[in-house]
Amino acid sequence: MIYLQLFWVYFKIGLFGFGGGYAMLSLIQHEVVEKNQWITDAQFTDIVAISQMTPGPIGINSATYIGYTASGSVLGSFIATFSVCLPSFLLMLFVSRILLKFKNNVWVDTLFKGLRPAIVGLVASAGLMLLNSQNFQDWKSVLIFAIAFVAVKFFKVHPILMIIISGAFGYIFCYPQ
Amino acid sequence: MKGLKVYWDLFSVFFKIGAFTFGGGWAMISIIEKEVVEKKKWLDKEEFIDALAVSQSLPGILAVNISIYTGNKHAKFYGALAATLGTVLPSFTMILAIALFFVRIYDEPYMIAIFNGIRPAVVALIIIPVFSTAKSSKITWRNCWIPIAGALLIWLAGVSPVYIILGAAAFAFIRKFFRR
Repeated sequence: MIYLQLFWVYFKIGLFGFGGGYAMLSLIQHEVVEKNQWITDAQFTDIVAISQMTPGPIGINSATYIGYTASGSVLGSFIATFSVCLPSFLLMLFVSRILLKFKNNVWVDTLFKGLRPAIVGLVASAGLMLLNSQNFQDWKSVLIFAIAFVAVKFFKVHPILMIIISGAFGYIFCYPQ
Repeated sequence: MKGLKVYWDLFSVFFKIGAFTFGGGWAMISIIEKEVVEKKKWLDKEEFIDALAVSQSLPGILAVNISIYTGNKHAKFYGALAATLGTVLPSFTMILAIALFFVRIYDEPYMIAIFNGIRPAVVALIIIPVFSTAKSSKITWRNCWIPIAGALLIWLAGVSPVYIILGAAAFAFIRKFFRR
């Protein structure tokens, strides 16, 4: 029963996928390429490429795509996407309710105060990891980066508008050599 | 249950966030901060960092976790459901269309050009929240070693963010314990 398998595998990915986004990729690859062989390595690379060009979290993108490819039906897509979200949904609701309820408890307060500085480091690391030659190919990319930084941080340009503008800029000026 | 307007609001804001997030959960943070903290005021600045902390500490997709946290905070169970649906729906429909029609968008030169433009901007969108979260986390000269060490360990040593979170929590508890 492919639907049950999809449910189980994506439930597992949702339950054990820590660290978000690209950190989940190796787990997804292990489950769908190596163990279940629903797609080939080349198809997996395609999915990563597609995910970079379509909006949304890569975990959702891969679930939707692989759900369809493995079962050949929209239902498979739906089941994989649903089951990758299910563990988060249950755990997040449970944990965030407890934390909100005991917000004034001294240990919960200590926990959050201790985590806040670390979260700043996590956000910074996400940015640092993207400083690579794929994202910065030439002076034009550096220029776009600088403009986007100044426009959004200091001139309060809406991030969505900035994405649209930089996409248009790329369409005009950034063709692959 | 609250009025339907509340759920529609959550759904549509997270739909917008889901539709314009390229490059994973962290790229969302600028947009979420703008929409959820500045415009809608569903979370204040400290709650926003707490939401990030909880979302990153639990398994699952970061963007989905933040939606669940915000939705639950604002309108309980159905709020969480509405926000999650909003986040998931744009990628679900788009990827399904691509899978159904075998669209090979990533081979098109103009798509590559567009994303050559978008990618550096997304990097800026990920770096900007470092400053706002540092401010609302009250980072000073005395505790700035925590985010710096954390970022360097993840970036250069490839340590999983999970261990940074566990380490920071353990450090906070131990310090509190000895100061009581």
